[in-house]
Amino acid sequence: MPARPRRRAAAALAVTASIGLFASACTGQSDGAAAADDPNAKVTLTFWHGWAAESEVKAINDSIERFERAHPNITVNAVGDINDDKLNQALRTGGSKGPDVVSSFTTSNVGKFCSSGAFADLKPFIEKSKLDLEKVFPKTLLDYTQFEGKRCAMPLLTDAYGLYYNKDAFKAAGLDPAKPPKTYSELLSYAKKLTKPKGDGFETLGFMPNYHGYETTTEHYLGSWGPSYFDAAGKSAVASDPAFAAMLTTQKKMVDELGGYAKLEKFRTAFGAEFGPKHPFHTGQVAMQLDGEWRLGMAVDAKAPFDIGVAPMPVPDDRAAEYGKGFLSGTIMGIAPRSTKQNAAWELVKFMTTDTEAVVAFANGIRNVPSTFEALDSPNLNLDPRFRTFLDIARHPKSNTPAGAVNGAAHLNTLQDFALQYEKGEVPDLQAGLAKTARQIDTDIAKAK
Amino acid sequence: MAAPTLRSKRRRSALRTAAFLSPWLIGFGVFFAYPMVSTVYFSFMRYDGFQPPSFNGLANWTYVFRDYPMFWPALRNTLWLVVVMTACRVVFGLGVGLLITKIKTGAGVFRTLFYLPYLAPPVAATLAFVFLLNPGTGPVNSVLEGLGVPAPAWFTDAAWSKPALTMLAVWGVGDLMVIFMAALLDVPKEQYEAAELDGASALQRFRFVTLPNIAPIVMFAVVTGIIQAMQYYTQPLVAGKVASGVIGGSGQSFEPGYPDKSTLTLPQLVYNLGFQRFDYGAACATALVLFALAMAFTALLMRRRGGLVQAGD
Repeated sequence: MPARPRRRAAAALAVTASIGLFASACTGQSDGAAAADDPNAKVTLTFWHGWAAESEVKAINDSIERFERAHPNITVNAVGDINDDKLNQALRTGGSKGPDVVSSFTTSNVGKFCSSGAFADLKPFIEKSKLDLEKVFPKTLLDYTQFEGKRCAMPLLTDAYGLYYNKDAFKAAGLDPAKPPKTYSELLSYAKKLTKPKGDGFETLGFMPNYHGYETTTEHYLGSWGPSYFDAAGKSAVASDPAFAAMLTTQKKMVDELGGYAKLEKFRTAFGAEFGPKHPFHTGQVAMQLDGEWRLGMAVDAKAPFDIGVAPMPVPDDRAAEYGKGFLSGTIMGIAPRSTKQNAAWELVKFMTTDTEAVVAFANGIRNVPSTFEALDSPNLNLDPRFRTFLDIARHPKSNTPAGAVNGAAHLNTLQDFALQYEKGEVPDLQAGLAKTARQIDTDIAKAK
Repeated sequence: MAAPTLRSKRRRSALRTAAFLSPWLIGFGVFFAYPMVSTVYFSFMRYDGFQPPSFNGLANWTYVFRDYPMFWPALRNTLWLVVVMTACRVVFGLGVGLLITKIKTGAGVFRTLFYLPYLAPPVAATLAFVFLLNPGTGPVNSVLEGLGVPAPAWFTDAAWSKPALTMLAVWGVGDLMVIFMAALLDVPKEQYEAAELDGASALQRFRFVTLPNIAPIVMFAVVTGIIQAMQYYTQPLVAGKVASGVIGGSGQSFEPGYPDKSTLTLPQLVYNLGFQRFDYGAACATALVLFALAMAFTALLMRRRGGLVQAGD
């Protein structure tokens, strides 16, 4: 056979193989059905959630059982361990085996969920049920479950972030365990006193400030400042609101004074998994940790061999009066827009998010902060006394969460990306870097609109 | 009436040909042609998978090339992997194949030992490598430090993350080893005997006998290696996530391409844009860049080496 035709055939085969690179990437569907189903009809709902740990799955299943007892016509088929990527795909494609009710741990994606129509608009259901949401939920929770006036989600429990500290390590370092740090200056000072060097690393690090130190992300640190992420014109405010530069310089100072980025990062690689028993706070590798309320239960379960202290996260030195506030986020719950059982689905959403007994029981089971005013004040909350700190953070009027955006968490990721460069010392001009970051955020948002 | 009969025979023949070709044609149309045309179409549309697509001209293309900060780092990483990882895999695969075909005893054991890593699931293999190369607790660095050799930070150092990924790819070179072994055993022995009689050294025998005979297989290994490197997704993603401390938990913040975008590859961007940012248009534009690159590399190699055809064939 002559070489040329064979070469063509081979080239054609190569083309075919190359097409496989992107053949599956780009297909899609458009929007779906309206709610016309009978909520009293006998139906089975499919509920997708993200909980996977045995105790968490038991808690959610117990909650579902309570719902089924209250609504005998509705059976719920719960599917756990669902992350946002799986959720997005299912919501796009719909189908009889797709979810009717969905939940997500990523509150920063609500802007994307609401604006794209990935989650159904809940306004008609809320009006039909005559729910006055402002009387049910704290404002921050209402803010992070809607986007630009469109409510597509309801808050299902809250995550409040605070400071965990090792009281035994405090005593050993000559610090008073009853007096946790209240400002970032104190945090750094305490962290230095608690740090025990070992070789070219640490035996104990007072506080891991790196953005990769699990929950020490930019948005969680920024909870102590409570900045405006966008200005009145909807443009990124990371360069114009001084809180961003203040947070970045405060964090960088901690990184530099606690050993420097490279040394801290090497120490970080010796940490156990964030959601496992060998978490560095449990093992005593770090003496203080910024974390969510769930850490308390995890540390107790892991039998951390020291007395655990819990406090609100410190605040900037010039905002000492705001001590007690913190970063808030939480699980959100919504309805799949292509579900043909949306009225029944709303019954489940309404029950799980607004029924006080249900919320309290679920919060007890899963050791999260309850999300309604009534549940926060419920005498039936059966939580560790130290957990009260997180209830107070959740109620604090200055507690906050980032503003949503049409492209979900992309603006937070862009900021974090810049912050990672800054903590390494790769940014010579902070303000110029923030201005460039703001332009990138605005460009990304304009692209998504 | 001769002409209509001829026409009808030709038509019947054409229909018969089409019938025989139809399974392939249908498969090609449904699984390749349609997605490819769709990809081109969506690359000029604004489409989030929920609302109907709308034409937005070159916006996706300008965004990807000019405004998307991850594109150029990902392109550079992908090209690095295409060149270095593919070359290392081919050289190592051929070297191991040569070694095992020369071994007199225990070849079966070595063949199995070198092939086994290829069977390891990519996620498990990557987790194992990140553990072995952990700069804080990994045994590799403990040994290096014990020997007084400077220990790299591997997956946590932007300068070493891609070499570490290349080591992982070379470790799983069993597939190429088997292919090269088959090709090497197929080289006519008489040619080696004739070369020896002519006084050719071992290196000359490899250069003038072995290589020309296995050239099509080398080309096959290079072309498929390039395509694999272009598709490299799971290993860099898992390595980046685990090394940055994010190994699960929905809602966790994750730095794409950790460290310093050094493990970011183009397929990760396709996923990020299409399935996480709901921007199908930009995802399709990125996928087309990937396609164009794969085609360019393949065409270049085909032109230089005469395709998958043996010299004189």
